[in-house]
Amino acid sequence: MSAELDQLYQTIILEHSHKRSGEASQDVSSAGERSGVSHQYNPTCGDEITVRVTVTGGETPTVEAVEWNGEGCSISMAAASVLAETAPGLSLPELDTLIEHFRDMLRSRGQVTPDEEILGDAAAFAGVSKFVARVKCAMLSWVAVEDAVKHAASKTV
Amino acid sequence: MPTTPLDNEQVLRLKRDFPLLTESQVAGHPLVYLDTGATSQVPLAVADAERDFTLHHRAAVHRGAHTLAVEATDLFEDARATIAHFVGADPYSLVWTSNATEGLNLLSYAMSNATAGSNGSENAERFRVGPDDEIVTTQAEHHANLIPWQELAARTGASLRVVPVDARGLITPQAVADTVSERTKLVAFTHVSNVTGAITDVQAIVGEAQKIGALTVLDACQSVPHMPIDFPALGVDFAVFSAHKMLGPTGIGALYGRHELLNALPTFLTGGSMITEVTTEHARYLDSPVRFDAGTQRISQAVAWAEAVRYLRAIGMGRIEAWEAELGRQLARGVTEINGVRLIGPEPGVERVGLVSIDVAGVHAHDVGQLLDAAGIAVRVGHHCAQPLHRELGLTASTRASTYLYNTTDDVDRFLDELSRVRGYFRAEGA
Repeated sequence: MSAELDQLYQTIILEHSHKRSGEASQDVSSAGERSGVSHQYNPTCGDEITVRVTVTGGETPTVEAVEWNGEGCSISMAAASVLAETAPGLSLPELDTLIEHFRDMLRSRGQVTPDEEILGDAAAFAGVSKFVARVKCAMLSWVAVEDAVKHAASKTV
Repeated sequence: MPTTPLDNEQVLRLKRDFPLLTESQVAGHPLVYLDTGATSQVPLAVADAERDFTLHHRAAVHRGAHTLAVEATDLFEDARATIAHFVGADPYSLVWTSNATEGLNLLSYAMSNATAGSNGSENAERFRVGPDDEIVTTQAEHHANLIPWQELAARTGASLRVVPVDARGLITPQAVADTVSERTKLVAFTHVSNVTGAITDVQAIVGEAQKIGALTVLDACQSVPHMPIDFPALGVDFAVFSAHKMLGPTGIGALYGRHELLNALPTFLTGGSMITEVTTEHARYLDSPVRFDAGTQRISQAVAWAEAVRYLRAIGMGRIEAWEAELGRQLARGVTEINGVRLIGPEPGVERVGLVSIDVAGVHAHDVGQLLDAAGIAVRVGHHCAQPLHRELGLTASTRASTYLYNTTDDVDRFLDELSRVRGYFRAEGA
């Protein structure tokens, strides 16, 4: 197998695609008092994901939990799993920064060196940025979380 | 025309006519192109024909009387005749479109124009549909043979009925018979499924439609490039197909229709060329086929498409069909021998074209395609514009390999060999 392919499918990504954090056994499409829901669909491959993000109340709300149902390729499933592990405990501005870094890295066509301090395991997706057709796979769940957290935040303010 | 069956040696010689297939390297490997179902490659002669027309014969057609205009018109109409004859038809029965999708939309809109009484619908009684009528299509269709009918139903108040596929995803004449009724005005179905590679029993379905006086529309995109076709002999009223899947250029396709039907069918696009008499209030339209040639046409593409047809005829469609049936058997047998790979559609041994779609247990189609691409093998992944069929088969996406006259059994072997490594690479359960 080619080295470039191994960069795309890093061990950490393959592991997350099999052992998925945050994947709920129950349907997550209904939002509670402190949570928001977002459904995202990729029409080119049929991948889809529904994400529910719960935030704590109070002065500086933080992410409490990310739960999701979805179907898709290893990249999209692993990206959802990594975010579900990384996001809890982050304040909403910190989550914004994380998502912004992830997006910049993926859009860079391999030009941006990932900031591992901010990205953590998500830095493993740097290899995806060289495969333009797969960027959307990695972004799908992150866009869903970005959207869901807005819905959740609007309730807790 | 040669009569000996095609073999690897002859195919390798043919392959030399396709610069892209012999020169391309993907990820450091020679390209194995198994995505003709999406679009075919083009031989040098076809690219040369388009260039030659553009550099030496270009002029507007059906207007002007200068020498060049006459020459261009002759080449353009010769192209129509060449392509029409290729499918057993006369040139009056062949309408140019941008692609097969536009051909189906032309029909859909012409029928709602008939319903509205516009666009030259004096003799269009047969094409009117309303709330008491049904339009029938099938669950196996490409979105192009589904959505135009959904929209026609929405515009006219007609009901859309969908023929269910069997457990393998195939359309059976019995299921068509069970779905249609006296109220059915039109039955639209595919000749060869772009997902399963199954070949529909066209004559049996035409028989069912004729019993109730319904029009038939055949999606022939995946059949015309791969087997001898005679639309009048099949008995269909309309059919669509596309140049780019049969060695021709992109941007051009055709709608075949029985001549008397095309003459009665209201127009779709209106404007220059397709009229007899125009006043500021009203226009009258020409007969088919120019009736549907509104505006300047795809002239160089038509000329190049005719060259593609001559190339195919020189090889012989019967020989191409037989060779691809062999590749189809090799593909079907090969994929079912790989642990964890499920073949969609007809089982090995049942008739199919050189096309297989598969589901790999525990590995998403996108990942399968990525691994194959890294080995230089081009296949299609996704729903292949057939979401309802995938949903029925319990899938969101599949991986499809499709052949043409330029593929060898070695191409299929390379695909199978790489496919057998996929589940191991992705650490799928039981791999």
